[in-house]
Amino acid sequence: MSVLVNSESRVIVQGFTGSEGTFHASQMLEYGTQVVGGVTPGKGGTTHLDRPVFNTVQEAVDKTGANVSIIFVPPAFAADAIMEAADAGISVIVCITEGIPTQDMIQVKQYLKGKNSRLIGPNCPGVMTPGGAKVGIMPAFIFKPGTIGIVSKSGTLTYEAVDQITKAGLGQSTAIGIGGDPIIGTTTKEAVEMLMNDPGTEAIIMIGEIGGGMEAEAAHWIKANGTKPVVGFIAGQTAPAGRRMGHAGAIVGGADDTAAAKMKIMAECGIHVVQSPAEIGAKMIEVLGK
Amino acid sequence: MNIHEYQAKNILKGFGVAIQEGIVATNPEEAVEAAKELNKQTGTNWWVVKAQIHAGGRGKGGGVKLAKNLDEVTEKAKAIIGMQLITPQTGPEGKKVNKVLIAQDVYYPGPSAHSEFYMSVLLNRSTGRNIIMYSTEGGMDIEEVAEKTPHLIFKEEIDPTVGLQGFQARKIAFNLGLSGNAYKEMVTFVTNLYKAYESIDAALFEINPVLKTSDDKIIAVDAKVNLDDNALYRHKDLKELRDLHEEDPTEVEAGQYNLNYVKLDGNVGCMVNGAGLAMATMDIIKLSGGDPANFLDVGGTANAETVANAFRIILKDPNVKAILINIFGGIVRCDRVANGIVDAYKQIGDIRVPIIVRLQGTNAEEAKAILDASGLKILPAVKLQEAADLVKQVLAN
Repeated sequence: MSVLVNSESRVIVQGFTGSEGTFHASQMLEYGTQVVGGVTPGKGGTTHLDRPVFNTVQEAVDKTGANVSIIFVPPAFAADAIMEAADAGISVIVCITEGIPTQDMIQVKQYLKGKNSRLIGPNCPGVMTPGGAKVGIMPAFIFKPGTIGIVSKSGTLTYEAVDQITKAGLGQSTAIGIGGDPIIGTTTKEAVEMLMNDPGTEAIIMIGEIGGGMEAEAAHWIKANGTKPVVGFIAGQTAPAGRRMGHAGAIVGGADDTAAAKMKIMAECGIHVVQSPAEIGAKMIEVLGK
Repeated sequence: MNIHEYQAKNILKGFGVAIQEGIVATNPEEAVEAAKELNKQTGTNWWVVKAQIHAGGRGKGGGVKLAKNLDEVTEKAKAIIGMQLITPQTGPEGKKVNKVLIAQDVYYPGPSAHSEFYMSVLLNRSTGRNIIMYSTEGGMDIEEVAEKTPHLIFKEEIDPTVGLQGFQARKIAFNLGLSGNAYKEMVTFVTNLYKAYESIDAALFEINPVLKTSDDKIIAVDAKVNLDDNALYRHKDLKELRDLHEEDPTEVEAGQYNLNYVKLDGNVGCMVNGAGLAMATMDIIKLSGGDPANFLDVGGTANAETVANAFRIILKDPNVKAILINIFGGIVRCDRVANGIVDAYKQIGDIRVPIIVRLQGTNAEEAKAILDASGLKILPAVKLQEAADLVKQVLAN
């Protein structure tokens, strides 16, 4: 079992024929993901990577039965691409694009209300269900099918956690990279909730960073509703206030969004917090008693 | 991107927001000319000389002075221009003042008492909407107000489908206790302020104080404006407002190489791919007994050139006693990164600090073999914990 994507997912790529779209679509195909086509406005009717190209997402959905989309279009056009996917009824929209203006994302967030689409990202590595589907840009070979669900704001730090879990002899149910922007489609709490409800997930790793209140919100939810052990880490214990650390959302604004404050809340809510990112895998083994 | 007060005020004025008028000057002579011109335009006989740096709390550090005649304008401008201004936000080394804003005096006596308010426009991350935050307690540190008198801070959330509505602007004016002309002016002020915020893709507006003058006008006396870097592509005119003097020169240089670098005060430099892993690596350094000298994200393409540039940037900092390179190769192949490191090392030549290299992911073992065979003073690691242990070991020597 898994969440969001699996071997049944029918995936289209928005920004299919661009260099990023082409490279990652090939990698996804190689992994065995059912990429059923792509969208590049103006190139409809052609084929790319032996898959049909469509002018609109609606057309792609009508012709291929796609239910998942992954977006590689440039930041200036990405908000539009997300809304197009939602309008066409795509149920899981994964937006990889980094650098979308915040005002655009405010509009997207509003547009998605009441629609049956779940947005993952933007500015994220995507979603991966080992043995099922890779809808993202992560290196597939570090994953192994298993029962640990992973939720993370960052890309390479997710890979780090995945790698430690695999090397510890465990595997992943689904890894969800939710993205590091101030406005994202799926929050830490929502991703944790999905994994909590997934029968194929035995335990959860929750990785956050400085900035915002999402980890605290997730922690409080876990305290009230959690049924599975959660191992947590917050990156940026040494980050100074007021300086943006790469991700647009990674900036300490007040006393509540420092790493220390978040870790304290998480620990109080029963999450197994590790101080060092090198201990994520070992902590999970310890918690599971394996 | 941050901009100066005088630039922020010019933008606001363009959207019909009433401001404390002023003219920027770079030396005492210009300051006097500015004061004379301002007297012609506004009738002001007193002036405020305000240091223009990208940091708040300027008044506390002696960067804002009242001048009651033209001699005083010269004197205050002389004192402030060129000074190393230290405020609670600049750090102990302070910031050099290159420009001053000669502004009109707006605290003149009149029929009613003047009062100061606080107003900001920003994103509420938990709802994904903009809010206007405001308070009757203006002119002071808002964090302090939030702590001591949280009931005096109000928030108005803006629905993105319809934007700021009239009733919201009226509510703000009423909550600030205004009536008559001041009330009307506040409604206009709020409406135009929000219009400006949306139009220029701002990430933050902070107007502290918003002043009700003794003759019931509403004006912005200070203006802090932060722009959304991701939206600058559609505001070419605003991009020009960037003042490189206000930024760390090494950070500016790093930006030219597409490296995301933030200078810190520690003794262990680091070079990492990905922002989250970079922060986590800084944490590892701290846990190993060191202090991170920087944040540095080399991004998705860690080739020989980016690695060489990153080396140079890190080595500019004399406090760096060791460097930890932590690359998780996903799409990037570790053996190529290893070759990049060896090339860069040879290019730079004389590197006197120990370098710990942790390459993990695609072809990590081959990468380690390349580093081992290079004969360079590189300490290779595969696991993150091994890298942490090496940092500890190096610092102990």
